[in-house]
Amino acid sequence: MPAVLSEPVVPPANGNVPSALAVEALSLSFGGVTALSDISFAVAPGEIRAVIGPNGAGKSSLLNVVSGLYRPDSGRVWLGGHSFAAVPTDRLATLGVSRTFQNLALFKGLSVLDNVAAGLSHRLRAGVLAQVIGLPAARRERAEAQAKAEELLAFLHLDDVRDRPAGTLPYGTQKRVELARALVSRPRLLLLDEPMAGMTLTEKRDLSGHIRAARDDLGATIVLIEHDIGVVMGLSDRIAVLDYGRLIADGTPDDIRNDPVVIDAYLGVAHDLEAGEGI
Amino acid sequence: MTDLALEKTATGTVRRLSPAPFGIGVLLIVAYGVPPLVASEYLFDAILTPFLALALAGLGLNILTGYAGQVSLGSSAFMAVGAYAAYNLALRLPGLPFLLDILLAGLVAAAVGLLFGLPSLRLRGFYLAVSTLAAQFFVQWVFNKVGWFSNDSPSGIVTVPPLSVAGLPLDSSAGRYLFALGVVTAVTLAVWRLVESPTGRALVALRDHETAARVIGIPVLRVKLLAFAVSSFIIGVAGVLWAFAYLRTVEPAGFNLDRSFQILFIVIIGGLASLRGAFLGAALIVVFPLLLARLGEALLGGLFDSGVLEMSQRIVLGLLIITFLIAEPAGLTALLDRAWNRICGRFRRAG
Repeated sequence: MPAVLSEPVVPPANGNVPSALAVEALSLSFGGVTALSDISFAVAPGEIRAVIGPNGAGKSSLLNVVSGLYRPDSGRVWLGGHSFAAVPTDRLATLGVSRTFQNLALFKGLSVLDNVAAGLSHRLRAGVLAQVIGLPAARRERAEAQAKAEELLAFLHLDDVRDRPAGTLPYGTQKRVELARALVSRPRLLLLDEPMAGMTLTEKRDLSGHIRAARDDLGATIVLIEHDIGVVMGLSDRIAVLDYGRLIADGTPDDIRNDPVVIDAYLGVAHDLEAGEGI
Repeated sequence: MTDLALEKTATGTVRRLSPAPFGIGVLLIVAYGVPPLVASEYLFDAILTPFLALALAGLGLNILTGYAGQVSLGSSAFMAVGAYAAYNLALRLPGLPFLLDILLAGLVAAAVGLLFGLPSLRLRGFYLAVSTLAAQFFVQWVFNKVGWFSNDSPSGIVTVPPLSVAGLPLDSSAGRYLFALGVVTAVTLAVWRLVESPTGRALVALRDHETAARVIGIPVLRVKLLAFAVSSFIIGVAGVLWAFAYLRTVEPAGFNLDRSFQILFIVIIGGLASLRGAFLGAALIVVFPLLLARLGEALLGGLFDSGVLEMSQRIVLGLLIITFLIAEPAGLTALLDRAWNRICGRFRRAG
């Protein structure tokens, strides 16, 4: 049966629980090229939501709008009860939103621990002089950040590489460090842009486990872009499908698997399902 | 709840003790103790004191360029601001202690640096480098045009008052060296604390991935401007040392684009984002022309006059920089580290 396109959402007032994320009639174009066209959907708290679609469908643009890196031409973004015409990137972390990037976005020159601790930058209050002099407040703040970073390193099995410069690590490990940096602030909403691109099968399986744990143990709502349909079907509660900047389907994995529109636009015939695209 | 599970595994990491504190201690004892006993005036005035001033300038630029990743070609302008600010403070407010003069001169340089750092909020890389050239030319022009800064000296050349701190005259070669060493030690300590602090990490984050830095809540604009301010402060203090401890007679032309490049070369040759780098680079830049002169004289005798020397200096230095950029972008610091590791490795195998 075809997946039902969700009605334009009126997010917070809709149910008892406000959405972790909702976008409402988002449109975005670059020059004459439409990246997003009238997109509306909502993600419930605690959900793992995948966004799939062919290359150039507007998935990354969508994430960039939600994290404030792009300003939409029209529409609104709802984050934890606040509504924005343009999300203020500088306040993103304070709003409880973290993200990773499609291409690695680590601080190559910093150690793994410092990369992860940097994920708590928005909580630091001590001024630079207090840090240089080493006032107690600054020292405490820093120790707390490091302790939290160490927790995340343990959580994602990164203890061994704690002091290594992030740039020297293998690709899959760097991806995990980036996930740790995004999780260290215990975000309410975690946006993952192709977290598994370029990973081996084992790495993908591990990372799927970590993503699920981020939801189950750390309580994050997760929105991820992913090309590996096998992974997506196994991991997500709901899937939104974009094609040419439009939302063509939004439903459970089963809905999506059987949606003729999605099969036409993206999935292709059934035997491609298992292989996925991203391999 | 689940935090408990996380915390269990988080503690109990053992950090390796580095030999650094010991080495630095020895270095400081040597630096303070040995030259006053053995060095000649020539060694102080032509090598050690200018080395210290340039190393400090390199340290300042390294914060901006090495750590924060913002290219600047205006360093010597900030040296000039520091030097002339201290000169005017000493001249016009003779009651102020000289250490306060230095601090204020650094703050003036920081303010000017902040001003010329504003374009960095919109410009990057090559474009920013060109905009810092504006600082270089503008500042030099102001000191040439506005007589007030040089106390209306017709040539623009000013002679600074003899150095004395808290009534203690330091106007000997050794005294000026020790004074410069004291300032450099204090500033280096502060810089070390800075680059090891969360703010120092934020500088590197900014350099390595500005967008990611913004997303995780690093106040990018503030950190960038801070980098300009701190860097200019330190370069300004280096300018004070240049004027008061080294040359004692300064003119705007002494703080020209050549000097800015010299400081940039110190940072590149020594090693970006490394405190040691500034010192190694400065040592090379100061000693290298002298070595080249000796070598040239020995090989070519009378043919090697000052014109040839200056030209060959530029050529060899240029080649050296190209070599470093290609073969060892991390500079002398990395070379030294590798050599050190090899020595240690051999010891371990032998022992």
